[in-house]
Amino acid sequence: MNIFSIYNPDIVAVHTTCLSEVIGDDIPTIIKKSRDEGKIPEGKVVIHANTPSFVGSNVTGFANMCTAFVTYLAEKSGGTTTPTNVFPGWLDPSDMREIKRLAAELRAPITLCPDTSDVLDLPQTGIYEMYPKGGTTLAQLKGLGDSPRTIALGKFTAHPAAEALEKKCGVPFDALDAPIGLTNTDLFIDALRQAAGVEVPASIEAERGRLLDAMSDIGQYFHNVPVAIFGDPDTVIAVTRFALELGMVPKYVFTGATGKAFENRVNELLDGPIPPAIVKAQADLLELHERIKADPVKLIIGNTHGKHIARAEDIPLVRVGFPILDRIGHRLFPTVGYRGAMRLLEKFSDAMLDYRDRTCSEEWFELVQ
Amino acid sequence: MPNITILEERQAQVLRKEDPGQVACGKRSVAGSVSQRACVFCGSRVVLYPIADALHVVHGPIGCAAYTWDIRGAQSSGPQLHRNSFSTDLQEKDVIFGGEKKLAAALRELIAATRPKAAFVYSTCIAGIIGDDVPAVCKSLTAELGLPVISVESPGFSGTKKDGYRAACDAIYQLVGTGDTSQIGPHSINLLGEFNIAGETWLMKDYFRRIGIEVVSCITGDGRVEEIRRCHGARLNLVQCSGSMMHLAQRLEKDYGIPFRRVSFFGIEDTAAAIYDTAAIFGNADIERRARDLVGQELARIQPELRRYRKILKGKKAAIYVGGAFKAFSLVRALRTLGMRTVLVGSQTGNPQDYAQLKELCDPGTVIVDDSNPLELAKFCLELDVDLFIGGVKERPIAYKLGIGFCDHNHERKEALAGFEGMLNFAKEVHASVMSPIWKFTPRRSKQLHFQA
Repeated sequence: MNIFSIYNPDIVAVHTTCLSEVIGDDIPTIIKKSRDEGKIPEGKVVIHANTPSFVGSNVTGFANMCTAFVTYLAEKSGGTTTPTNVFPGWLDPSDMREIKRLAAELRAPITLCPDTSDVLDLPQTGIYEMYPKGGTTLAQLKGLGDSPRTIALGKFTAHPAAEALEKKCGVPFDALDAPIGLTNTDLFIDALRQAAGVEVPASIEAERGRLLDAMSDIGQYFHNVPVAIFGDPDTVIAVTRFALELGMVPKYVFTGATGKAFENRVNELLDGPIPPAIVKAQADLLELHERIKADPVKLIIGNTHGKHIARAEDIPLVRVGFPILDRIGHRLFPTVGYRGAMRLLEKFSDAMLDYRDRTCSEEWFELVQ
Repeated sequence: MPNITILEERQAQVLRKEDPGQVACGKRSVAGSVSQRACVFCGSRVVLYPIADALHVVHGPIGCAAYTWDIRGAQSSGPQLHRNSFSTDLQEKDVIFGGEKKLAAALRELIAATRPKAAFVYSTCIAGIIGDDVPAVCKSLTAELGLPVISVESPGFSGTKKDGYRAACDAIYQLVGTGDTSQIGPHSINLLGEFNIAGETWLMKDYFRRIGIEVVSCITGDGRVEEIRRCHGARLNLVQCSGSMMHLAQRLEKDYGIPFRRVSFFGIEDTAAAIYDTAAIFGNADIERRARDLVGQELARIQPELRRYRKILKGKKAAIYVGGAFKAFSLVRALRTLGMRTVLVGSQTGNPQDYAQLKELCDPGTVIVDDSNPLELAKFCLELDVDLFIGGVKERPIAYKLGIGFCDHNHERKEALAGFEGMLNFAKEVHASVMSPIWKFTPRRSKQLHFQA
């Protein structure tokens, strides 16, 4: 009642905690009772997801809430609406914005769910806004069930909600990885092209071409470079693929999240003429550090928590993932799409070349590279 | 900000200086209000965190440890063990079958690997509710491993953050009285509730060294287990963060007859008063003379620069929202030193005496709040047209989105703000934020359209 009287939201999403799970709070019953007693005003929506800390990881909680949007709200009204559903998974607001830009460029209408752009990256307007203009609307969430197709970008964070929607409303889905790097972006653009029945415009072809051109220009610095990649599973899977496209050799591919699916997917990607990598789910940074100490890499790609290893072993770290705790930029510039790949390319090469300029002997210190 | 109303249950927790009566406080947060407070576990964790040669193990699911990992800028001059947030990572099956064995195994492994001087085991909500007997596990491991393994009774649901402080004091107290005090001299103190954020403890220890007072232990800034073991040998306790450490000070007074004084090292007036009062208590002419010399030297060093800042900042208005009310007093005074006026002040955990004193101290028109929420804070900042917000990490986005300067005075702060040197740092930081050229572009100050029609 207090939430509705002071904050007046249209929808309240209830996340359970360890405590409410163990004492056995039955959230659907509490929601129903509150509605019957008039504590939830007419026209207001309350949904919930089970998110106790002792089951799975942060990724599990995210996927559960995305699934709750579908199970509580998606409806099949009989009519079919045009927008393709895009479930972006665990990304930065800048990435959500980039996905919407790409779709607009393709002239493919989409419903992005969830959508943190214009929510977590608000402009400075002088107003402290509780309900910014961005985000997926309730009407859009209801409409998910009438869409002809869903594109789900990430095995751990996006596929579960897409599966739930297929089950509930019969909307088929493309199960893709996050659109990071060349191939993953190609796959996303192609899936969207087909779902929306549109042609890929020259502008997007040109964007892709510029990325490929940059990759060819700078590929010499990446070829056979051993790297460690760690972080949330969907990000790591997609970044690993991009690293392979650049000729890097992923040596350690780690995530803290649970699930054999991670190891299987990464090993599928690594299936080629490259030296064997150590791929681990439910791994920790202590192990990664020990392994890097014993057998080093030239570059670490991961989130902020990698900075201890990077400093101790003097190895450059490129930050990728959400959220990054100690650097600006991730909410401003995307990692996804061809532009995101260009930005990663810049970050990878800057990190390695800065390191080289700082550490190489005088005769190798060059003006032009 | 459109008309924000204060929740009816919270009306008594907000008033203006002129209003009759006192601010209601010490209440549980109102459900649905969205308090800025944290839980019992968090209270314990932040108080014990700076003890650098102890092992800190969070007995619960991974979230409690992950979100309190390396979160305080509490520096250590030696070991860095405290910055790790070890966890028993309780899973569903542990919730069903109990986590005691897992806890014992984790402690054995971690103690062997890190060789700490003591171990603190924090009970989280889950440990509390599944009924793990954490004290029993700690007791048996203390006997088995020959070092203190201390249970911190901090399940999140068992009260407010304040109860977490109390649990931390009780945990510390298990070490007190176990060390040798024979070498401690008559002019000796403990610093309680000083956490060495950005190296502040080192500044204070330096002041006391210079006036001939021995600091036996600092609890818990740059803390060491051995120092805590012998803290009962000190002759006086200085309590800085009273919200967290009053309980420990009272126990030390009751059991060991050590008197305590509430002091603050924020701002010139309070720092000087703390040093003079401490010197006076020992009644030693040499110490008192050295105290006067020290204050004189330090003031002479910082005054010219402070005056320059004061000239620029005079008349600017500030909002203060901090954890403990005692710090708010110092901040009101420190801002006055800079010529600034406090128009909104509040705390998460102040008690009735605190609020009475705050009301007395403040200028007419000042709004006083207890256990506030983001909407109230935003509303008052705009209504009172403040130039600066002093708060912690949760208040920062409120200030920045409104286009208001911000000074982090919570435990994430990066600059030492205590002592004389800290006052100068405070002035620099306030100046840098309030006078930043960025604010003049923000809508609140620019008052004009940036693209003319």
